[in-house]
Amino acid sequence: MVPTNYYLILSAILFGLGIVAFVFKRNIITLFMAIELMLNAVNLAFVAFSQSLGKPDGEVFVLFVIVVAAAEAAVGLGIIILTARNRRSLNIERVDLMKL
Amino acid sequence: MNASLIIFFVLAAVAIFGAVSLILQREPIHSALSLIVVMVALAGLYLLLGAEFVAAVQIIVYGGAIMVLFVFVIMLLNAGEEERTDFSKLATFGGIPLALALAGLIAAALTRSTGYLPAAAPHGDLTSTKTLSMLLFKDFAYPFELTSFLILVAILGAIVLAQREN
Repeated sequence: MVPTNYYLILSAILFGLGIVAFVFKRNIITLFMAIELMLNAVNLAFVAFSQSLGKPDGEVFVLFVIVVAAAEAAVGLGIIILTARNRRSLNIERVDLMKL
Repeated sequence: MNASLIIFFVLAAVAIFGAVSLILQREPIHSALSLIVVMVALAGLYLLLGAEFVAAVQIIVYGGAIMVLFVFVIMLLNAGEEERTDFSKLATFGGIPLALALAGLIAAALTRSTGYLPAAAPHGDLTSTKTLSMLLFKDFAYPFELTSFLILVAILGAIVLAQREN
């Protein structure tokens, strides 16, 4: 048996790596992938808690998170295509229309 | 050291390797492939935890549908190597330690909070798909219907956003 703590620590590590990727990457698509990585890290914590408590509710939550992630990916990638068409670049630094 | 612990450490190492690779790769397509590695490793961990249905959904929806969408957009936009831009010194020297500190803080908080849990170790026996579907279609029926509405809105939004303006 693997202690629940191990899963939670792994989840925290993956979430931290997702934050690092989000801050340090410059490509909009890669930023989106960093968000997906963070969502996955949270899902792992959900499933670990669900199994540890013996309640399947957490796994249902994971299914909802996956659905919302799919919807978010569809809309987000639409925005990315629009941005790439308007700015001719995928660099997040070039997307500064709302910058003062 | 029993078998499940060894499997856990192998899968955890693969997941962390994939996540680090996502950060280090310069080409977006390589980052996407690294993310698929992370997702498959996580699916293995879900199986180890006994969440068979979630593992299958993880592979099919995440590893299949969402990542195909990502790879498709990368190829559609012909995304090449990302260009380096200057970071502020604050981001370089403050960012990494702060991110690591946050990961440590979350890990510590989660680990300490498990002291109050009734069971310290996961059961390991599979949650049946029947149990999950009973829960999903009875207790969570209203949120489930809402997600279908959400997907409809997402489809409309994606079409409106991506269509070419005349």
